[in-house]
Amino acid sequence: MDFNYTEVQTMLRDTLSRYLADTYNFDTRQKAVATGKGWNPAVWQAFAEELGILGAPFSEDHGGLGGGAVENMIVMEEMGRAIVLEPYLSTVVIGGGALKAVGGAVADAHIPGIIAGTTRIALAAYEPQSRWALHDLTTTLKGGVLNGQKAVVEGAAHATHLLVTARSSGGQRDAGGVTLLLIPADLPGITRRDYLTVHGSSASEVYFENVAIGADHVLGAADAGLAIVDQVVDEATAAACAEACGVLRVMHATTLDYAKQRKQFGKAIGDFQVIQHRLVDMFMEVEQSVSITLMATLKLDTAERAAAVSMAKAKVSKGARFVGQNAVQIHGGIGITQELAVGHFFKRATLLENQFGSADHHLARYEALTM
Amino acid sequence: MDLNFSPEDVAFRDEVRTFINDHYPAYLNEKIHEGEEMAKEDFLSWHKVLHAKGWIVPAWPVAYGGTGWTPVQRYIWSEETARADCVRLMPFGLSMVGPVIYTFGTPEQKSRFLPRILSGEDWWCQGYSEPGSGSDLASLRTRAERFTGDDGKEYYRVNGQKTWTTMAQHADWGFFLVRTDTTVKAQEGISFLLIDMKSPGITVRPIITLGGEHEVNEVWLEDVIVPVDQRIFEENKGWTCAKFLLAHERTGIAGVAASKRGVERIKDVARATADGETALMANPFFKRKISELEVDLAALEYTELRTLAGESSGKGPGPESSLLKIKGTEIQQRLTELALEAAGVYGAPYFRSFGEGDNAFAVGPESARRTAPVYFNMRKTSIYGGSNEIQRNIIAKMVLGL
Repeated sequence: MDFNYTEVQTMLRDTLSRYLADTYNFDTRQKAVATGKGWNPAVWQAFAEELGILGAPFSEDHGGLGGGAVENMIVMEEMGRAIVLEPYLSTVVIGGGALKAVGGAVADAHIPGIIAGTTRIALAAYEPQSRWALHDLTTTLKGGVLNGQKAVVEGAAHATHLLVTARSSGGQRDAGGVTLLLIPADLPGITRRDYLTVHGSSASEVYFENVAIGADHVLGAADAGLAIVDQVVDEATAAACAEACGVLRVMHATTLDYAKQRKQFGKAIGDFQVIQHRLVDMFMEVEQSVSITLMATLKLDTAERAAAVSMAKAKVSKGARFVGQNAVQIHGGIGITQELAVGHFFKRATLLENQFGSADHHLARYEALTM
Repeated sequence: MDLNFSPEDVAFRDEVRTFINDHYPAYLNEKIHEGEEMAKEDFLSWHKVLHAKGWIVPAWPVAYGGTGWTPVQRYIWSEETARADCVRLMPFGLSMVGPVIYTFGTPEQKSRFLPRILSGEDWWCQGYSEPGSGSDLASLRTRAERFTGDDGKEYYRVNGQKTWTTMAQHADWGFFLVRTDTTVKAQEGISFLLIDMKSPGITVRPIITLGGEHEVNEVWLEDVIVPVDQRIFEENKGWTCAKFLLAHERTGIAGVAASKRGVERIKDVARATADGETALMANPFFKRKISELEVDLAALEYTELRTLAGESSGKGPGPESSLLKIKGTEIQQRLTELALEAAGVYGAPYFRSFGEGDNAFAVGPESARRTAPVYFNMRKTSIYGGSNEIQRNIIAKMVLGL
């Protein structure tokens, strides 16, 4: 049992943290949002070329840094601290995770492109009716032809590839009969309706109309894709928890700072015990979110993976709501404007709260798995 | 970073498990279960087994009797003792005054008191709270006036009243915070005295708490004479010892391993208890309360593990341990709420012990018997050791800089 970072991990965190502090401040981020593209390609290239962080969880054979889940956690927490728009989660954690899980020639073919920043992947799994049930699929793959609609596909507009789940046999909600595909995003028959999410990233509704699928597009075995998606989404959920931890840390620090400076009734509002105790309760939520995210991350490769991830997401989702709402509350009126960063962190926290499942969804999943 | 035990740790766990299995005095749990009063010898029986083995104070420095265990081994130890439902050791000597003495005491004080703490020969109690000073500990008024005795030696004459003194009815010695200077700021005029509880002028009176138990007492001190060499650290610097002790006390206070065991017990009860046509465990509302508790407990456990990792890298238990106290006690209390709720109608009967030859007998399932007294008793946890509100003040000041 060991809770210390290695030297390489510490270096990864410090390098990324410094880079984001220097180049990715709030104004720069808001300019990227204002372009309406939902990301800044130059930043992505810098992640690949200057920092090399896109290779963090990949083996050295593929040109990566030889890390894994802990490296993803480190990177994602820093992403959260700067509310980064660029698609590390979908490309590296999810796309890369699926390729690592499958291995072999397809991994050799795509992972170097991810590390170089030229391959970008978006997860097309959820559907208009599915909420967070990955097995609830109306998108069909029959005789090599893909038809259906995917909902709120993050980063689809700038993805080179889509990671798609489709029903290839069985009923709409069967666990078996799900096939996982990795397909070029511009195959004939794919159309998108692009939009911005409430925090400024890009997402799309993706439509498949008689898209011809080749055997080489199938990840793993046909009809047996759900296990891979479950695993990858668990890994992504742990990473989203880490991102949330970064967001929460900043919201708490910003609010603490504000409470020390903002004067009312002749003294700093942080002198009032009611504000102090609120800030302490926020602090405790942040620390516990960090702790349980660490637990889930360290259990990703064990039999307890799914239960641990659901515990973590349940806790972090509640923490995100509590810390976010109170950060805005303590800022008062200025907290509900677009002017200060804190409101934008609150928006990010709110999306993370429900990404890959709400607290209730994950408590129910935890209960189903263990009780 | 990883969660796996090394082969050495696994071997250690097996050794500990076997030792507990072979040597733990299991009659204690039966006694508690039957609601019988625990005698002093009962409390000390497990203590003496551990002292003989050399495992009585794992957390102390090796030079004073510690085991030199790594934080992981100490974690394993607490997991294994909780798993076997071992009774808690009395903390007043082992984790309160002992560390104060080896940290601040003179060589003479160390050799006089520490061996008797380890052996269990001396039973200690804590004289901190007073009727007028609860959370505002530094406002304490028990006075210690210094004088020179007829024998030419220096003494204190102590007058005042302490309260909530746990297990003082068994105590041989007490550690007391007393006021030695009334002219300075509250925290600066306090000294830390060790007082023989058999001294003339000490009166101990029981306080009976909501569950019907006699745990705490009032202690009256009237012209109690205490030699100056029983003062720890400098005169008027007792607050330093007090703060040190409170931080130490708070780390164990999270009670993670015991709470994990408590969750298992409640789940067992809920599976065995009918609730309409299914078991209580299948009731979605009850189940949700348990799953939320498990989530919060996991978050607490990993917060404690992170704190332990910090300790092993040289950072002592800091004000962050207040977080462990707050969340740990909240969870302990929620467990007792669920147990009482699970007991249903059988939470109501007042349970007493039934000795041999007693024609009366207990009603309801065994698991329900002590749920109400334990629920009432555990309200203390968010009040003692610095109330949870005081812990928030500590975090606000020491961690957040407010």
